[in-house]
Amino acid sequence: MNDMTPDRDDRSANLKGMGCSRKRVEDVRFTQGKGNYVDDVKLPGMLHGDFVRSPYAHARIKSINTEAAMALDGVVAVLTAEDLAPLSLHWMPTLAGDKQMVLADGKVLFQGQEVAFVVARDRYVAADAVELVEVDYEELPVLVDPFEALQSDVVLREDLEPGADGAHGPRKHHNHIFLWEAGDEEATNQVLDEAEVVTEETMYYHRTHPCPLETCGSVASMDKVNGKLTLWGTFQAPHVVRTVASLLSGIEEHNIRVISPDIGGGFGNKVGVYPGYVCSIVASIVTGKPVKWIEDRMENLMSTAFARDYWMTGRISATKEGKITGLHCHVTADHGAFDACADPTKYPAGFMNICTGSYDIPVAYLGVDGVYTNKAPGGVSYRCSFRVTEAVYFIERMIEVLAIELNMDAAELRRINFIKKEQFPYTAALGWEYDSGDYHTAWDKALKTVEYDALRREQAERVEAFKRGETRKLMGIGLSFFTEIVGAGPVKNCDILGMGMFDSCEIRIHPTGSAIARLGTISQGQGHATTFAQILASETGIPADSITIEEGDTDTAPYGLGTYGSRSTPVAGAATALAGRKIRAKAQMIAAYLLEVHDDDVEFDVDRFVVKGAPERFKTMKDIAYAAYNQAIPGVEPGLEAVSYYDPPNMTYPFGAYVCVMDIDVDTGVPEIRRFYALDDCGTRINPMIIEGQVHGGLTEALAVALGQEIAYDDLGNVKTGTLMDFFLPTAWETPNYETDHTVTPSPHHPIGAKGVGESPHVGGVPCFSNAVQDAFRAFGLRHTQMPHDHWRIWKTANDLGLHG
Amino acid sequence: MIPAAFEYHRPADMAGVIALLEEHGDDARVMAGGHSLIPMMKLRMAEIPHLIDLQDVAGLKGIAVAEGRVTLGAMVTQHELIQHQGLANTAPILREAALVIADPQVRYMGTVGGNVANGDPGNDMPGLMQCLDAEFTLVGPDGQRTVAARDFYEAAYMTEREDEEVLTAISFAAPSGGYAYEKQKRKIGDYATAAAAVILQKDGGTCAAASIAMTNLSDVPVWSDAAGEALTGTSVDAAAVSAAVQAVLDDIDPVEDNRGPVAFKRHVAGIILTRAIQRAWGRA
Ligand SMILES: Cc1cc2nc3c(=O)[nH]c(=O)nc-3n(C[C@H](O)[C@H](O)[C@H](O)COP(=O)(O)OP(=O)(O)OC[C@H]3O[C@@H](n4cnc5c(N)ncnc54)[C@H](O)[C@@H]3O)c2cc1C
Repeated sequence: MNDMTPDRDDRSANLKGMGCSRKRVEDVRFTQGKGNYVDDVKLPGMLHGDFVRSPYAHARIKSINTEAAMALDGVVAVLTAEDLAPLSLHWMPTLAGDKQMVLADGKVLFQGQEVAFVVARDRYVAADAVELVEVDYEELPVLVDPFEALQSDVVLREDLEPGADGAHGPRKHHNHIFLWEAGDEEATNQVLDEAEVVTEETMYYHRTHPCPLETCGSVASMDKVNGKLTLWGTFQAPHVVRTVASLLSGIEEHNIRVISPDIGGGFGNKVGVYPGYVCSIVASIVTGKPVKWIEDRMENLMSTAFARDYWMTGRISATKEGKITGLHCHVTADHGAFDACADPTKYPAGFMNICTGSYDIPVAYLGVDGVYTNKAPGGVSYRCSFRVTEAVYFIERMIEVLAIELNMDAAELRRINFIKKEQFPYTAALGWEYDSGDYHTAWDKALKTVEYDALRREQAERVEAFKRGETRKLMGIGLSFFTEIVGAGPVKNCDILGMGMFDSCEIRIHPTGSAIARLGTISQGQGHATTFAQILASETGIPADSITIEEGDTDTAPYGLGTYGSRSTPVAGAATALAGRKIRAKAQMIAAYLLEVHDDDVEFDVDRFVVKGAPERFKTMKDIAYAAYNQAIPGVEPGLEAVSYYDPPNMTYPFGAYVCVMDIDVDTGVPEIRRFYALDDCGTRINPMIIEGQVHGGLTEALAVALGQEIAYDDLGNVKTGTLMDFFLPTAWETPNYETDHTVTPSPHHPIGAKGVGESPHVGGVPCFSNAVQDAFRAFGLRHTQMPHDHWRIWKTANDLGLHG
Repeated sequence: MIPAAFEYHRPADMAGVIALLEEHGDDARVMAGGHSLIPMMKLRMAEIPHLIDLQDVAGLKGIAVAEGRVTLGAMVTQHELIQHQGLANTAPILREAALVIADPQVRYMGTVGGNVANGDPGNDMPGLMQCLDAEFTLVGPDGQRTVAARDFYEAAYMTEREDEEVLTAISFAAPSGGYAYEKQKRKIGDYATAAAAVILQKDGGTCAAASIAMTNLSDVPVWSDAAGEALTGTSVDAAAVSAAVQAVLDDIDPVEDNRGPVAFKRHVAGIILTRAIQRAWGRA
C-alpha cells in the first residue's frame, strides 16, 4: 500500500458513517434561532386567518351573523360553511374513511370546533373580528362518555344515514363507528373458560395530546396567473397532503407544491389534515392573496388531534405455574365527533392487535368498538406506531395483574412467557410476524444491571418499615418489556387514502464527489439530515459531511408517505441504503473502466474501489464521481444518480426492557423517580447519540402521560386542561436521570438491519412508570388503578387502601 | 391569545400614574411585571383600554433593611428577592418562598408588588406577607395610607385597594425565630396545591409565638390566628401540631380543581402545614 493512503480505520472514521455519534447537523441552525418554521414564512400582501370556535360541545347553529366582523377595518372575508358548500369543501374526508366538517354545518359537535374563518390584514385584526362574529347556538344534550353514547337516543352524527354501514362495516348504533376484530374469539373463550387461572381487568388509557412545541399552521398562496398553489405547513406527510389537496380542490396535482419547512415536533399531531389548512387554501383562492393560519396553544390542545382514549377490558388465562394460555381484549374506543384517526386504511384500531406483546400466547382475540362522542376528533399515534402504546400498556398491565393473581414475581412471569429467540420469525396469535428478537438476553441484562433481587428485598423491608410506622414512603419497582411494531408498511396491507406506504430516496452525486439526497419523509426533530447521510456514507463511501439531505418539498423530493410511526428508518432508511447500493453498482463499473479491469475484479473498500489483490490500484468515489461527468464511458450513461422506492416486506419489531424505581409519598401523593433504566434493541444502530436523545425524549413524554398529562372534559364537554398550566408538559426540572443501554438484534429483512427507535421509549416507558406507581401499593392489595397518576390520584389510591389511618 | 387593542402609557412619576388612573377610571390598570395581567389580557378575560406601565416610575424599586424593618419597593422583582444578600440574612423566608414561585423567567419579570396587589388566591406572597404581618403602602389621589396585609384581601381579585390607588411599598419588622415556606405543586411553574408560611419563636423548649398563613386554600390567603395560638405555649409536640392543623382546617375552604378534590386538598394542607411547622421549629 502507498504510504500516502490513510489506513482503513482513518478512512472509515472520516466518512462518519453508520455507528458513529455524528453531531446533529440540524442543531447549528436550531440552537442559533435560525430555523425556518411555517410561522417564519412571510409573503408580500399576506393575510391572516383566525377561527371562530364553538364554546359548546353539542349545539345547533341557528344563525351566524358576520356583519359586524366584516365592518371592522382590515377584515377581508369571513368564511362559513355556507361559503364553502358551493365548492363542496364544507366537509372533508378523514384518513379513517369518515368525513369531517371543515366549518360547522348546521351544528357543532365538540368544544373548540371551527365555526367560521376570519381573514384579515393582520393577526390582531383577525382576533378582534373573531369576537364580533355573532353565532346563535341552541344547546343540545352532550355525550362525553362512550358507554353512555352507545345507549343514548341522542344522535350525534345526523349526516350519517341511519343503519347504513360505515367505512369499516356495520354500525350497531347511531353513535357507533365500527367493530374491528382480530383473532379467534370462540377458541379464546373456550381456553379462558377451561383455564386453571383466569383474571380480568378494565383499564382506561386516558385521552391526552402530543402537544408539540410548535403548534399546527399553514400558509397557502394561490398564484392566479400561473394557476399554481403553494402550501407551506406543519405536515408530517407532505406528499399525501398534496394528493388530498388536489382531490379536494380539483387543482391538478402538478399545480400544487406542498412544503414542510422545519417542524417543531410532531409526535403524530401533524399527520392529519385540519380545517385550518383547508380554510387557508380556500381563503387564498378567494382573495388571491397568500393566507396564513397559525394555531395558538389552546387551540392546539382543544381541537387538533388527541391521542389514546381507550377503555380496555382484558381477560388472561394461565396454568397454575404461570404459563399464559389465552388472552381476550375488548376496547371501547372514544374517537370523538368524527373518526379522524390516522391509521393505515385497513386498520381502524391501528396495530392494537400487537396486544399479545412479547409473549408466546397461543390463542387470542381482540375486538375494538369505535364510538362517537362530543369530543375533539383525532386518535393519532402520539410518539408510537398506530395504537401500539395502548396495546403495550394493556398487556404490560395484564401481566402485572396476572402476577398478582398467581402470587408470582412479575419479572419471572414475563421470563417464562417470552417468545424464545429460536421461535423467530414468530407468528403471533393475532396475525403479525415478528421479525427478530432475543428477549431473554435483554431481560436478564436489565435485571442484572439494576440488581433486581436486591431491589425487591429493599422494597419488602420498606413495606415492613411502613407498617411499623417508621416511614411514610413506599417504594415501587416498575417493569416493562415491550415489542413495538413499526415501519408501516408493506403496500399489500398498508395504505393511507389508497396510497401504499412505501417510501423513497433519490440521490444525485455531484461531479466533485459530494451529494444531495432527497427522501419522501420529513424530519420533525428526529435528525434525518444527520442519520440518513450516515447511511449513505457507509453505502457509497462519500463522507456524511459531503451529503445534503433534503425533505419536505413535493416539487423536488420523491413521493413518500412521511414520518410517523417510526417508519422513516425502516422504510425510507431502507430506500436510502438501496439507492446508495445502486450508486455503488454504477460506480463499480466506472471504477473498473478507469482501472482497466473487469467489473468483477474491483471491490468496494470504505471510500473507493480497489483492484482485488492489488489495493494500491484504486479509484476513490471522488475520482469516480468526476469520471461519471467528464468521460465517455462505453455502455454507461453519464451522471451518477439513483432512485429507490422501497416497499418493505414486513414491519420491524424493536423491543426493550425498562425498569423504574420510584418512591411515593403516601400522604401527599408525590412520586419521586429514583432510577430509570432503559435497554433498547432497535437492531442496527446508525447514530448512538441520536438514539440516546430519542430515548430521553420518548421517556420524558412517557413520564408526562403516566404521571399527569391528560385532556380532561367535564360533563358538559368543556375542556378542563386547555393550557399548559393544567396540561402537564415536563421540563428539565421534572425529568429524572435516565440510564440507557442496548442489545443489538438486527432486522433480518431490512437492508441494514435497522428497526426504528424514536417511539420505543414512549411505548415502553408509559407502562413502566405506571407499573412502578401501582407496584408500590401491591403489598397493600392494589390490583389496578387508572392513569394518569397525578398527585391526587395517587393520594386517592393510598386513601382507598386505608393508608391514611 | 391576542389581547384586544389598548393604549400604552409610561409615566415617569406617581403623579402621572394617578392622573391617568383618575382620567380613565375603570378603563385603566397599572402594570408591573405583567406576568399575571398580560396572560389575562391575552385570554381576553381582562380588557384594559389603558395600560399604565410602572417601569419608569421613580421610587418604586429598591430593598431597604434598616432598624429592624424591611421595606420592599413594589417594583422589586421576585428574582431580586432571591438575589438580595441583606434580605437572605434578615428575612430568609422571603427567599425560600420566592424560589418556589413559578420559574426563573417569570421571576425575572414578576414583582413583589404585583404579586400582592393582584389578589389571586394562588399567589404565594400574600399569605407570606400575612404571616410576616406586613403593611402595604398605598398612594392615591388623596395621599398615602397603609393597610395591614391581614386586612387587605376581601375575595378573589378583590382587595382593600381603591381603583385609583397604587401600591408603592411593602414593609414588615424583620422576623426572628424559625421559619419555613412549604409548598406542594404539580410541576415547575404551577401554583400551590397547598402552601404554608410558618414563623415560630422559641423560648427555651416552648413556643413563645407563632404565625401561620396558608395559600390557595380559600378565595383569599388564610392567616390563622387560632393555629398560631394552638402552638403558642406548647413544646410543639404532636398534639400541639395536630391542634394547629385542626385550627387551619377550620379556617380554609378549598375548592376542587385540576389539582384535586376538596378532601385531597384538605389532607395535603394538613401535611404541608405539619412539615412547615416541623422545619420552622427545627430552625427556631
Ligand atoms: C407560568 C406562571 C406561573 C406562575 N406561578 C406563580 C406561583 O407559583 N406563585 C405566585 O405567587 N405567582 C405565580 N405567578 C404569577 C407571577 O408571580 C406574577 O408575576 C405576579 O402574580 C404578578 O406580578 P407582576 O409584577 O407580574 O404583576 P402584573 O401582572 O403586572 O399585575 C398583576 C395585577 O396587579 C396589579 N398591580 C401590579 N402592580 C401594582 C401596584 N404596584 N399597585 C397596584 N396594583 C398593581 C395590576 O394592575 C394587575 O391587576 C405565575 C405566573 C406565570 C405566568
